Amino acid sequence: MALAKRIIPCLDVENGRVVKGVQFVDIRDAGDPVEVAKRYDEQGADEITFLDITATHEGRDTMVHTVERMASQVFIPLTVGGGIRTCDDIRTMLNAGADKVSINSAAVFNPEFVKEAADRFGSQCIVVAIDAKKVSKAGEENRWEIFTHGGRKSTGIDAIEWAQKMVALGAGEILLTSMDQDGVKNGYDLEVTRAISEAVNVPIIASGGVGNLDHLVEGCIEGKADAVLAASIFHFNEYSIPQAKAHMREHGIEVRL
Amino acid sequence: MSSVAVIDYGMGNLHSVAKALEFVEPGVEVRVTADPALVASADRVILPGVGAIRDCVAEMLRLGVDKEVTDAIESGKPFLGICVGMQALMQHSEENGGVECLSHFDGHVKYFGDDLKENGERLKVPHMGWNEVTQLGDHPLWADIPDGSRFYFVHSYYVEAKNRDLVAGRCHYGKAFDVALARDNAFAVQFHPEKSSKAGLQLLKNFLNWDGKI
Repeated sequence: MALAKRIIPCLDVENGRVVKGVQFVDIRDAGDPVEVAKRYDEQGADEITFLDITATHEGRDTMVHTVERMASQVFIPLTVGGGIRTCDDIRTMLNAGADKVSINSAAVFNPEFVKEAADRFGSQCIVVAIDAKKVSKAGEENRWEIFTHGGRKSTGIDAIEWAQKMVALGAGEILLTSMDQDGVKNGYDLEVTRAISEAVNVPIIASGGVGNLDHLVEGCIEGKADAVLAASIFHFNEYSIPQAKAHMREHGIEVRL
Repeated sequence: MSSVAVIDYGMGNLHSVAKALEFVEPGVEVRVTADPALVASADRVILPGVGAIRDCVAEMLRLGVDKEVTDAIESGKPFLGICVGMQALMQHSEENGGVECLSHFDGHVKYFGDDLKENGERLKVPHMGWNEVTQLGDHPLWADIPDGSRFYFVHSYYVEAKNRDLVAGRCHYGKAFDVALARDNAFAVQFHPEKSSKAGLQLLKNFLNWDGKI
């Protein structure tokens, strides 16, 4: 009897529509994030994350309506990330029904924003997203830095120190994306995941690079992640959430069935 | 159609609780309000809560919510406290350097601690995620919810009730603690039923069907 490791499907949403496609055979509208979230809830997903990749203001309003529709139909925790830059952005998403918001680049540009947000809304709803990339060379001591702009721009900031700073400022959870791995499907970067998980006392969500169910298991056991986030392996029906949970359970990981 | 007041004292988002109630019982009149008249005339009352206890209790006292809660509990109508709404019903919380609460249940709210461990492994605080709830005894609010079902939690402080007869549910995270209290028409839970998928929705449905008697 223990706390379950969480499985979190992540949907990229643009102008209120799921992008990168979700392939469910018997779903009414696989482009509607709410329909997809409902399906994941039925399958036993423990949380849902919407990553808003919309660039325009109009698209942002659409996202707010999507979150509102989600909150009246799906009753598991929802995190909204992407474009969260001000306390007003946070308030808008929380009022629409999001449970948490994920702050990424805004934290890098202005770390005090995390403190302001946590003081105002409570740490429980402030997730700080960290994009980390290994910068040490072979043979050197491991070092990861924070990157922005989708992994193109280095900040020179040490990832572990950054995670500790974010937690000190009030982050209630860390969403750690290992950039080396993202999209490559070689699994999470277990070293950085574990290093950060051991360095802070708040839950860590591992993200980036999941290609099979063993990767989820490794993320929890070797990476010591408290939750695992994945996108394409679920969206394209490669694996279902029940399969993922069964596999994790076989490896001795507590899951919610 | 029956009505339920979700007491709004300005702390956090009550949208989810209201939407979940409307989802399990379409047509139910949900009043998200702190208006004493609207709370007093509702058939059922819910005291939710998110955030730090000092701010929550301070706002409750400022808005007269403490009296609304007392009246609701004494009236015999079904009453449900959720998360900080449960903690606020205790005598005292360790959070924020110590806060006197509303004292509807004897007992205290304590911090999990920074050195929480399970089998030698350090545990994160807050206790965040889905954990198993052991039901103690039958209660109408546990109807059709399998014992040991997982509910969604987010909290760093836990309740320890003095009168063990009033404990209706327990959970374990480094230590065993109380997650559901029941006395007459009052029920309180540490987890978030409105975020706990099927099990949580069933509990809310049970609450809307409950007459307040055990």
